[in-house]
Amino acid sequence: MAAQDTNTDTIIAAPAPQVAGMPMLHKVIFVLLLIFLAALPFMVYPIFAMKVMCFALFAAAFNLLLGFGGLLSFGHAAYFGGASYVAAHAAKVWGLTPELSVLCGTAAAALLGLVIGGLSIRRQGIYFAMVTLAFAQMVYFFALQVPFTGGEDGIQSVPRGNLFGLISLENNISLYFFVLAVTFGGILFLYRIVHSPFGQVLKAIRENEPRAISLGYNVNRYKLMVFVLSATFSGLAGATKSQVFQLASLTDVHWMMSGEVVLMTLLGGMGTIFGPLVGGALIVTMQNYLATFGAWVTVIQGVIFVIGVLLFREGIVGVISRWLKRPL
Amino acid sequence: MFELLGIPPQVLLGQLLLGLINGSFYAVLSLGLAVIFGLLNIINFAHGALYMAGAFVAWMLLHYLGIGYWPALILAPLIVGVFGIILERTMLSRLYHLDHLYGLLLTFGLALIIQGLFRNYYGVSGLPYRIPDLLSGGHNLGFMFLPNYRAWVVVASVLVCFGTWFTIEKTRLGAYLRAATENPALVSAFGINVPLLVMLTYGFGVALAGFAGVLAAPIYSVNPNMGADLIIVVFAVVVIGGMGSILGAIVTGYMLGIIEGLTRVFYPEGSAVVIFVIMAIVLLIKPEGLFGRAA
Repeated sequence: MAAQDTNTDTIIAAPAPQVAGMPMLHKVIFVLLLIFLAALPFMVYPIFAMKVMCFALFAAAFNLLLGFGGLLSFGHAAYFGGASYVAAHAAKVWGLTPELSVLCGTAAAALLGLVIGGLSIRRQGIYFAMVTLAFAQMVYFFALQVPFTGGEDGIQSVPRGNLFGLISLENNISLYFFVLAVTFGGILFLYRIVHSPFGQVLKAIRENEPRAISLGYNVNRYKLMVFVLSATFSGLAGATKSQVFQLASLTDVHWMMSGEVVLMTLLGGMGTIFGPLVGGALIVTMQNYLATFGAWVTVIQGVIFVIGVLLFREGIVGVISRWLKRPL
Repeated sequence: MFELLGIPPQVLLGQLLLGLINGSFYAVLSLGLAVIFGLLNIINFAHGALYMAGAFVAWMLLHYLGIGYWPALILAPLIVGVFGIILERTMLSRLYHLDHLYGLLLTFGLALIIQGLFRNYYGVSGLPYRIPDLLSGGHNLGFMFLPNYRAWVVVASVLVCFGTWFTIEKTRLGAYLRAATENPALVSAFGINVPLLVMLTYGFGVALAGFAGVLAAPIYSVNPNMGADLIIVVFAVVVIGGMGSILGAIVTGYMLGIIEGLTRVFYPEGSAVVIFVIMAIVLLIKPEGLFGRAA
């Protein structure tokens, strides 16, 4: 049987990003978001709020690849979880300060993304998804077997340490503002990438790869770059999460996590700026409040997946964006 | 007794047999994926869950209705296949005009639902399923003890794989199928009911997964997670073999099962990742897979 695996790279038509400056609407949303997030730890349990932010950044990083690069990776848990192991190890065994531990984890994710991305972009579409998934599974087995990850137990009681060696992060509120700075900064950076000339080339590749090639762009190099960037920011999210929970565990490298981040992006809206943040927040909140239902959470996630794909492909923010007739 | 590279032959042959059995499951499952992918262009992420469902249906037939292994070997794939056809008619058929990746996402959601439901009702601890009387016991081959059931698994999977390959590559029905893959519009212009063909193909591919599940039930205990990790290995097998080829799926399935078994003898720590390592190497050298056509 013939495999028709040409023309499978584009996944969804995202609203056109605007190049010149940040639109007023986006500025307003970012400022409101920042104000809301600054007030959040005084309203809800700070650990929960930090978990939401880490996953929002993870989903935003994933969306850079899927929504703007048109590449569906099904193995992003490798970078998220891999970075969390490295950051936890750096903080616990090497005794590094929190910001250096997070940087170590992020750098490890970037490197991993370079290796896996370099191999994976040789296949397209569905194959690409399967290859990334299989590589992520390799990382999973690696994490299960090498001594430093602690196998089934993971790396536990990771010290939070002192930021820049000065400010203690043992206090949940000070840690919260560290996490806020990291994740919000990360999200702004991702926004900047999407709206840069690089982001425009990505868009061109996603919409019509042969034309981009004929214009002289080295398409594979752009794809690899966006893959590495996405892996790096996923790693930033994972490394930060390991500092928040003082734990790195197999859950974060398991392929269910790769599926969850797809779900967050799909639910919020692929190819939108704010969609992944909404999707990430919703899924984490749902898991938090439905935790007592056990395996039903999986069933509910599956149902959301199915409904999302069948009826609701634009996602929440995608729909709002269509109503407002403005890209969000 | 002589030794081979410092390994007693019993161990070596035992692991080879185990590898061959795992390879039988890889082959039947990746064959089902290849058949579905060929005509629907969908990577059936629910394949592992449907394999698990096949094992559970066999178990349920025995425990609730007293229907034994042999009827279950026919009935369970049929039930799973019909369930697959319902999924195809109600959900997958709505996605054909969209990007193929949506099929992957939808079937991923379905896998979560199926696995979650079984986990809710049966927990995660495995349920035992007895080897049928006819196949209990084994033969002493002189150098090793061969359990009859395991030999049967290998024979059954080879028969099913050969039958499927023969049907697709050598019969008129297979010719229609292959033509429909190349150009569905033209084939339907010749008066062939392509949607029906697609529906039955999905049903058949899914039934293959159910069949593998029944075969697996007496060997591995029946549990809701049995398909979840297997499916990713099968994806790797599919990437290595090259999705374009039915033969590739079958040959690579058996081959990688055996390689995995050998790795377990010589370097046990590597046995879980050896398939993924091979995948990385194949991607480097021949990105379209061993039996695949260049894209």
